[in-house]
Amino acid sequence: MTNNRNEHFVANLADTAMAEIDAVRISEKPTNLYLDAWRDLRTRPMFYIAGLLILLVATVAFFPDLFTQTPPNDNCLLANSNGSPTAGHPLGFTRQGCDIYSRIVHGTSTSLSVGLIVIVLTTLLGIIFGSLAGFYGKWVDAILSRAGDIFFSIPYILAAVVIMSVFSDFRNVWVISAAIGIFAWPSTARVLRGEILRVKQLDYVMASTAIGVSRFRILLRHVMPNSIAPVIAVTTISLAAAIVAEATLSFLGVGLPTSTMSWGNDISQAQADLRTAPQVLIWPSLALSITSLAFIMMGEAIRDALDPKARAQR
Amino acid sequence: MTGYIIRRVLQALPVFFGTTLLIYFMVFAMPGDPIVALFGDKGVNPAIADQLRAQYHLDQPFIVQYLIYIGGIFQGDFGTSFSGQPVGQILASTFPVTLRLALIAVVIEMIVGVAIGLVAGLRKGKWFDNSSLVASLILISTPVFVIAFVSQFFFAIKLGWARATVSGEANFAELILPGMVLATLGVAYIIRLTRSSVIDTASQDFVRTAYSKGLSRARVTRVHILRNSMIPVVTYVSIDFGILLVGATVTEGIFNVPGVGRTLYQAIIRGEGPTVVSFVTVMVLLYLVVNLLTDLLYAALDPRIRYDK
Repeated sequence: MTNNRNEHFVANLADTAMAEIDAVRISEKPTNLYLDAWRDLRTRPMFYIAGLLILLVATVAFFPDLFTQTPPNDNCLLANSNGSPTAGHPLGFTRQGCDIYSRIVHGTSTSLSVGLIVIVLTTLLGIIFGSLAGFYGKWVDAILSRAGDIFFSIPYILAAVVIMSVFSDFRNVWVISAAIGIFAWPSTARVLRGEILRVKQLDYVMASTAIGVSRFRILLRHVMPNSIAPVIAVTTISLAAAIVAEATLSFLGVGLPTSTMSWGNDISQAQADLRTAPQVLIWPSLALSITSLAFIMMGEAIRDALDPKARAQR
Repeated sequence: MTGYIIRRVLQALPVFFGTTLLIYFMVFAMPGDPIVALFGDKGVNPAIADQLRAQYHLDQPFIVQYLIYIGGIFQGDFGTSFSGQPVGQILASTFPVTLRLALIAVVIEMIVGVAIGLVAGLRKGKWFDNSSLVASLILISTPVFVIAFVSQFFFAIKLGWARATVSGEANFAELILPGMVLATLGVAYIIRLTRSSVIDTASQDFVRTAYSKGLSRARVTRVHILRNSMIPVVTYVSIDFGILLVGATVTEGIFNVPGVGRTLYQAIIRGEGPTVVSFVTVMVLLYLVVNLLTDLLYAALDPRIRYDK
C-alpha cells in the first residue's frame, strides 16, 4: 500500500471539465434555439432570395398603385381581346380586353390576404388542439386526435368545394379562407402534438413539476415555447398552400366571385383560349407560382435552420 | 400484431362515422332543392315531387336520413343518384379509370424520383445535386393546374405527342400524359426523400464495412445504400397512392378523364347529395385502410419497429 493513494481523492484539476466551465463567459448573452437559427438563416442564400420575393409581393399587395396606373377592370376594350403587348400594356390583354399586368398587380392582395387569414386560423386551431392533445394525453388526446382525423381524411380541396357550394350566395375572402382553413388545421396540430410529446419528457419539465408549478403553467411557460419551432416552418409553407388552394377553388369555379380580382379567376377564364392565346393563362400562373415558391423557400430555410440535424447535414 | 390491428380498426370507427356525418350535413345544408331542379323548366308536379321526396327519404329529418343512408352502406347499397343510376354502378365505372391513372403516376414517381434522388444523394453538394434540388422546389411550388395546362399545351397541342383530352375508354396509353402531370409533385418529394435518406445511409458504419470488405462501388450502392434508404420512400409512395386513388379533381377535370375526382366534382356542383356522400364515404374508407396498411408496411420494412408491447 502506497500512501499517495489518498493524495488524489479528487481528480486532477487538469483532467476535469473545470477549464471549459471556467471559460464560459457569464456576461455573454446565452444562445438559444432561435438565436442559433437566426444566425444560421443569415448564411443561407435561399433565405435572402425568398425574403426579397416576399417583400416584393407584400409591397405589390399593399401599394398596387405604385406598380401600375392602368385600372384593372375599367376601360377594357373588346377590340383588344387576347391582344399582344402594346406600349403601356407590357403583358397584353385578357379575353375581355383588360390589361393583364394590371390585373395581376391588383390580384396580389387577394391571394396574400387569403393566405394570411388561413394561416391565422390553422395556427390558432392547430395550437389549441395539438398542444392539449399532446400535453394532456390519454382520453383528451384520443378525442382531439380523432376529431382532427375527421377533418384530415376528407381531401381539403373537395371539402372546400362543398363548403363553397353551401355558401354559394355570399362568397368572399373570409368565407373562402374559412373553407380552406377548417380542413387544413389538422396538419399543424399533428406537428405540434408530436413535438410536445417529445418536449414534455425533458428534464426541465420534470423539474418544474417537482417544484410544484401547475400543469397549465408548465404547458404555457416551458413546453409551448420549446415545441413551437416546427410549427413556424409548417405555417410558412401552408401559407403557400393556402394561396394555391384559393386559386384552385377559383379555377374550379367555386372560389371568389368574378368581380373580385384574383389570379385563380383569371387563370380559370383564360383556359378556354389556351390553344390560341396561351400567354393570357401563363402570366397569372407565373405570378402564382413565384409567390408560392417564395413562401415555400422561406419555410424550408426556416425549417432547416431550426433543425440541428438538417444543419449538420449541410 | 392482431391486437394492434383491432385497436386501429376500433379507432377508425369514430373517424368514419364523424366524417360521413360531417359530409352528409354539409351536403344537406347546400342551398337549392334537387327535386325541383329535376323538373327543369317544366312546372313542378306536387304529387310526383312528394313521391320522389319519399323515395329519396328527403321528407325525413336530417339524422334519420343519415341513419337510413349508413344502414344502406353496410348492406352494400350506396344509394341512387337523382338521375336514377345506382351510385355503386357509377363508382364501378369510374374507379378503374382512377386506379389506372394512379398506377401510372406512382410508377413514374418511383422510377424518376428514386433515380434522381439517388444520384443527387451520392453526389451531395455537386451541381447535379443542387440543380435537382432547385428543380424539385420549383415543381413543388407550381400549382398542379399550371403544370397540367403547360404540359397539355406543349405535349398535346404544340408537339402533338399525345391527345389533349382523354376519350371515354381512358386506356393506359391515353392516361400517360395526365399520369405524368399527377406524378410531378410526387417526383419532387421523392427526389428529396431519397436524397436525404441516401446521405444518411451512406454515412452508416455498415456501408464503411462493406467498402472495407472490398465490395465494388456499384454493389455497395445497390445492396447496402439503396435498399436501406427505401423505407421513407416506400411509405411516402403508399400514402401518395392512397391520395391519388381518391381522385385528382383538377387533373382529371383538365384532361377530361372520366375518373372518381371529376365525377365527384360534377356531383358537388350539381348538388347530387347521394353521389357526393357515397363517393366521400368510399374515399374515407380507402384513406383509413391505406393508412393502416402503411403503418403495417413500415413495421415489415424496418424490423426495429414493433407494434406489440
